[in-house]
Amino acid sequence: MNIELILHAGLATGTVLLFAAIGEIFAERSGVLNLGVEGMMLVGAMAGFGTSLALGNPWAGLLVAMVSAGILSLAHALVTIHFQADQVVSGLSLTFLGTGLALVLGEGLTGQNPPLIPEADIPLLAAIPFVGPVFFQDHSVLVYIGYLFTPLCWLYIHRTRPGMHLRAVGEQPAAADTLGISVYGVRYFYTFVGGMLAGLAGATISLSVSPGWYSAQTTSGQGWIAVGLVIFAQWNPLQAALGGYLFGAVRRGILDLQGPARILGLTNPFFVNSNLGFFLQMTPFLLTILALVWGSRAATRKRLGAPAALGIPYVRGERGL
Amino acid sequence: MTTRLVIEKRTEDVPAWLPFATAAGSVLLAFIVGGVILALIGGDPFRTLGFFFQATFGSWPVISDTIVKATPLIMVGLGCAIAFKMKLWNIGAEGQFYMGAFFASIVVLIPIVDPETTPKWIVITLMAVMGMLGGALWGFIPGALKARFKVNEIITTLMLNYVAIFWNNFWIFDRWSDAGFQMTPQFPRSAWLPRFADYAREISAFSGITLHLGVVFGLLAAVVIWWILARSRWGYEIKLIGDNPRAAEYAGLNIAKNVILVMMLSGALAGLAGMSEVSGVVHRLQERISPGYGFTGIIVAWLAKLNPFAVVLVSVLFGALIVAGREIQPSGLSNLLQGIILFFIISSDVLLRYRIRIERSATVEAGA
Repeated sequence: MNIELILHAGLATGTVLLFAAIGEIFAERSGVLNLGVEGMMLVGAMAGFGTSLALGNPWAGLLVAMVSAGILSLAHALVTIHFQADQVVSGLSLTFLGTGLALVLGEGLTGQNPPLIPEADIPLLAAIPFVGPVFFQDHSVLVYIGYLFTPLCWLYIHRTRPGMHLRAVGEQPAAADTLGISVYGVRYFYTFVGGMLAGLAGATISLSVSPGWYSAQTTSGQGWIAVGLVIFAQWNPLQAALGGYLFGAVRRGILDLQGPARILGLTNPFFVNSNLGFFLQMTPFLLTILALVWGSRAATRKRLGAPAALGIPYVRGERGL
Repeated sequence: MTTRLVIEKRTEDVPAWLPFATAAGSVLLAFIVGGVILALIGGDPFRTLGFFFQATFGSWPVISDTIVKATPLIMVGLGCAIAFKMKLWNIGAEGQFYMGAFFASIVVLIPIVDPETTPKWIVITLMAVMGMLGGALWGFIPGALKARFKVNEIITTLMLNYVAIFWNNFWIFDRWSDAGFQMTPQFPRSAWLPRFADYAREISAFSGITLHLGVVFGLLAAVVIWWILARSRWGYEIKLIGDNPRAAEYAGLNIAKNVILVMMLSGALAGLAGMSEVSGVVHRLQERISPGYGFTGIIVAWLAKLNPFAVVLVSVLFGALIVAGREIQPSGLSNLLQGIILFFIISSDVLLRYRIRIERSATVEAGA
């Protein structure tokens, strides 16, 4: 039980949730609910791992992971935006489709050792006591990218013109349409962005945080946790990153809790009977439910919440939003 | 003379045959696309297809296998169908299935009744009731959270799937472990649902036919759900809330109560499927008693257009996919097919809302 190690690992695994959740925030802000995150992440994890193995270049792996998951998300975009299909069902089918594709194409990848995304220290900052070793030492380059990416996304959504268009399309598509913003175009674009980021999240797992291809176990439900995190974060990238890191730390803390024979001078029940660990493994999922309850109550209290047009197809000239 | 494709909104009613045609077309197209993918990665789609039919409908024992796999799908699919009718997205059938299996196992493993001396019909009835209770409990939690705090049920039901599986694992690995193996001891005979094969000594044709009474549970459930939806006042309320929640609210319907009740009924059906699987097939509680029945049930319900009797038919097709999926390589193929089928289904719904017409006009283009 080393708090420094737990926080360090929390930042690493939290980076996965951060990419996936921010991707979903982009899609949902434009009014498209995409429940296919888990499937897109698996495709990304598989494609990134396989590409790095084939080309010997992990960066090419990241790129292919993002593009392939992005292309997959376009299936959801086409079906929900043009065909006006139900977004929930389409998202679910995307998860099935992505999982199936990843398992079929990922056949034979288990046990392989492609080159991984390198780790690095940040000069100067790494020397700060406690903060340095936790935040700026021995992290995958992707973790540092996550640090920069999160505030940039917040700025983009809240302080730029395209960000304003994005929010307009998610809140008042008809009004955005009269201003000459292409509602369909914006929705296609951000669904694609969401897919790319989910792919990046998947490749972050398979090429960096917990390297390897373990078929469906590679993501083990993290895509769904990311979708839950979006609600907890109230569609705000900064909160999503914070939540992601917190979840990452909890996941690692759970693992570490089973190690020592004694904790705080008491016998550790999880060490004596390792089967009690199943209750520890439940906690991230129970925590997601608690986070959702908290998020939903906050939303009701502040009268904020989901983008008004989330889940509703836009048809020009039809009554609606 | 120009020809152009016109897509226009349907103003008249959808012809009755069209939903069936689009559903059948979607399945057919999905098989074709699946075959193309298989060919691209170096497989032989035609041999695989031949193998598929051989392994699923080729002889009585394999037909029985297919129906055995369809049995839990019927119940889970019905559970999803009634929830989806109310636009209530219960994605937690997998967890409700596991809780049903767990609660049914309690009856003989705690035990609640002495399985050696109690008549079979009492043990089985008790297990079925407990299984439904377990599933209903697992449906109640997300239902109550949605009704009380407006918590999105998609995520909560999904999270509870994982919780249920870890909960079951604890009992399988620890308290009920059979000599350290990751399974409980085999249930006593009185807790087994009757199978055709049980009567093989009297009627030799029944040997190897594993079909069990659970399929009757499924068929009865289909009739009950059909009656609720098509004939009862409650069913009318469910459909009204699903189609137009605002109108339902103005009509004075208690939406919160219905959310909880429908989630519980949906969970109870998945729980009954879990009971039927441990009592009719596995005869013990162990890991991986479900190859994703809870998720496949979602596709079944949607492909059946939420019609209870169509759920039964579609379940047989998906039962076949599961049976074949165990033997066909690569193993993700049946998963992939399910995803493609679902995608085609929802895409084809556009044909139900819009009409595509070929229009010929003799107008002369300006300047031509």
